[in-house]
Amino acid sequence: MNKNEGLFSKMKKGLTSTKEGFSKNIGNIFNSSGEINDDFYEQIEEALIVADVGMATTMLIIEKLKVNIKANKIKTTEQAKTELKNIIKEMLGQNDVEDNYPLVILFVGVNGVGKTTAIGKLASKFGEQGKKVVMAAGDTFRAAAAEQLTEWAQRSNASIVKHKEGADPAAVIYDAIQSFKAKGADVLLCDTAGRLHNKKNLMEELKKMERIIAKELPGANKEVYIVLDATTGQNAINQAKNFKDTVELNGIVLTKLDGTAKGGVVIAINKELMLPIKYIGVGEAIEDLEIFDPYLFVEALFE
Amino acid sequence: MAFESLSEKLQNAFKKISGRGKLNEKDIKDAMREVKLALLEADVNFLVVKNLIKDISERAMGQDVLNSLTPGQQVIKIVNEELTALMGKENTKLNISPKKPTIIMLLGLQGAGKTTVAGKLALMLKKQNKGVLLAACDIYRPAAIKQLQVLGEQIDVKVYEKGTQKPLLTAKEALRKAQDENCDYLIIDTAGRLHIDEDLMGELKELKDNLKPSELLLVVDAMTGQDAVNVAEKFNSTLDITGIILTKLDGDTRGGAALSIRAVTGKSIKFAGIGEKLTDIEPFYPDRMASRILGMGDVLTLIEKAELAMDETKAKELEEKFKTQRFTLDDFLDQFSQMRKMGSMNDLMAMLPGANTGKMANAEIDEKQVDRMEAIIKSMTKKERENPNVVNASRKRRIASGSGTTIQEVNKLLNQFEGTKKMMKQFTDMSKKGKKGLFKLPF
Repeated sequence: MNKNEGLFSKMKKGLTSTKEGFSKNIGNIFNSSGEINDDFYEQIEEALIVADVGMATTMLIIEKLKVNIKANKIKTTEQAKTELKNIIKEMLGQNDVEDNYPLVILFVGVNGVGKTTAIGKLASKFGEQGKKVVMAAGDTFRAAAAEQLTEWAQRSNASIVKHKEGADPAAVIYDAIQSFKAKGADVLLCDTAGRLHNKKNLMEELKKMERIIAKELPGANKEVYIVLDATTGQNAINQAKNFKDTVELNGIVLTKLDGTAKGGVVIAINKELMLPIKYIGVGEAIEDLEIFDPYLFVEALFE
Repeated sequence: MAFESLSEKLQNAFKKISGRGKLNEKDIKDAMREVKLALLEADVNFLVVKNLIKDISERAMGQDVLNSLTPGQQVIKIVNEELTALMGKENTKLNISPKKPTIIMLLGLQGAGKTTVAGKLALMLKKQNKGVLLAACDIYRPAAIKQLQVLGEQIDVKVYEKGTQKPLLTAKEALRKAQDENCDYLIIDTAGRLHIDEDLMGELKELKDNLKPSELLLVVDAMTGQDAVNVAEKFNSTLDITGIILTKLDGDTRGGAALSIRAVTGKSIKFAGIGEKLTDIEPFYPDRMASRILGMGDVLTLIEKAELAMDETKAKELEEKFKTQRFTLDDFLDQFSQMRKMGSMNDLMAMLPGANTGKMANAEIDEKQVDRMEAIIKSMTKKERENPNVVNASRKRRIASGSGTTIQEVNKLLNQFEGTKKMMKQFTDMSKKGKKGLFKLPF
């Protein structure tokens, strides 16, 4: 519980620290007159939009809320608030983190979302659990990406396989798998270069990596996570769709939740693509990656 | 949630009421709901949208729109005008310091693309024959310095770095070096940071106060959502930035963040990152961004051009002619010149959304061919133009030699004319049940 509080306060700190100017203090909406009327719904709509939930999902949530308020004879905004949170929590479902080993996770996503950092933090997390971790420096495109991952490997006591810049990323993955097998390691974390989801040829490259993993580690538990930046708006839906069309996505890592962005777009992604949110990034330090908790996420959404 | 373009949505909204002719306030209100949705889907900030809708509604209530035969297009035009006005004028000039070097500081959130932009800007300036020095002041992200060094090598621009020494110290030393080497520009790459991180914002303030840069450019990811306003406002209020660079614009984001940032800071967006290569940076065009946010290609430009070129009475006459099948070669000729007024055919094709893809890209229209077609029609007698059926073999020979073309070309033109006539007939039949103004662009 203590740990949870720590996480919650971290998120809350980010979420409430900018009250000036354009930002809205969403908490306010529930402290209004207490009557459930059009104003109230409009305020909820605003709050959800500002949290990047998106118009379509917002309308869906409000429809459900209206139905439930009627069915359950809800009279106060305080009760309505609880109902609203429940609706969203239910939409997000439960989060079960993979714990079958050997485990291979391929991380994909657009540029600058924090793939390399997420891998570094996750490696440390697995390391703490006594797992043996190997990293594959599959981003051979961005200058010094392998160096960045190497630093994370050192910090988290993981081993790393890397090639020269510009090398074939699939070859890096292949070599990392051989090293992973030889070491009898538990977790293989594969970094990839950031790529915009509308670049066909770069997306195809991911398929090759996925094939190699499938072929070389048939018995392993294979996961592909898309890393999404919480500051991203509705485009995150396109990102998730396009990556899902290319590779077998299993989950989302939502990064940068320590800012003022709330990452509400994952609700739509979760609903539309049935993609669970696995982890969230809440800070710069190595321990600042947490297992996603729908309860805390929804609470933070409205603080 | 496939993007349906706003223009389509508005056309549909207005189609429902087209039978009544004039629009009323409720119609406009419904249309505004569509505009609001489109802007929110494009990630324009909620409050910015609210203000915009207020302004747009007021203008849209004006008599010009209500009486117009093409209210959908009128409303789109107003929306676009308001957006363009808000986006500001093109301003891609860098502030130059009277004393060398001009210092450019790059700042922003993590992952916005500052280091890449530093490399791109350096290359752009180097190509203008300027001396550039890059200073690596991101001492926090692992290997950030190395990244800048690799970029520097690729573009052959020197990078000054002193490891994880205090950024201010490194920057000051870099400045001295730039002065010694008589560089025109010093570009300072700083660490990505959260706008709410007081310590790190203080570090930037310190850098600014000591170095007095000519440009403090906020680097923003074009895909940013509603939070863009918080970020931009905080950076601007703390540091009084001089401009913005928008990155990752080569994705498929609508980029509403651009509008939000501009609205809260009032600062110009100077450049845009449009690809992975180091040459992929270009001046920012506010007007293009406005139509991108609306999801309409350059349709708006096309509407305006069409309106200028095609006056309504002429269009009505033509419409009448289609209906009665009295469409003659003279009208055909008239059409050519109307089109000409709108600009070159290739320009027009390029402006249509989706026209750049697939087959259309290869369908280069030969302007010369249009010249020849005009010449052929002009070589015909009045009788021939009114009734092409009379054009027999000997007339064809005469027309061909008169226009400096061949009989084959004359045949081709006559076939095209018949084809057009048939097509137009179908169009008019199709839209008889629908709108009043028939001769409209098909969107």
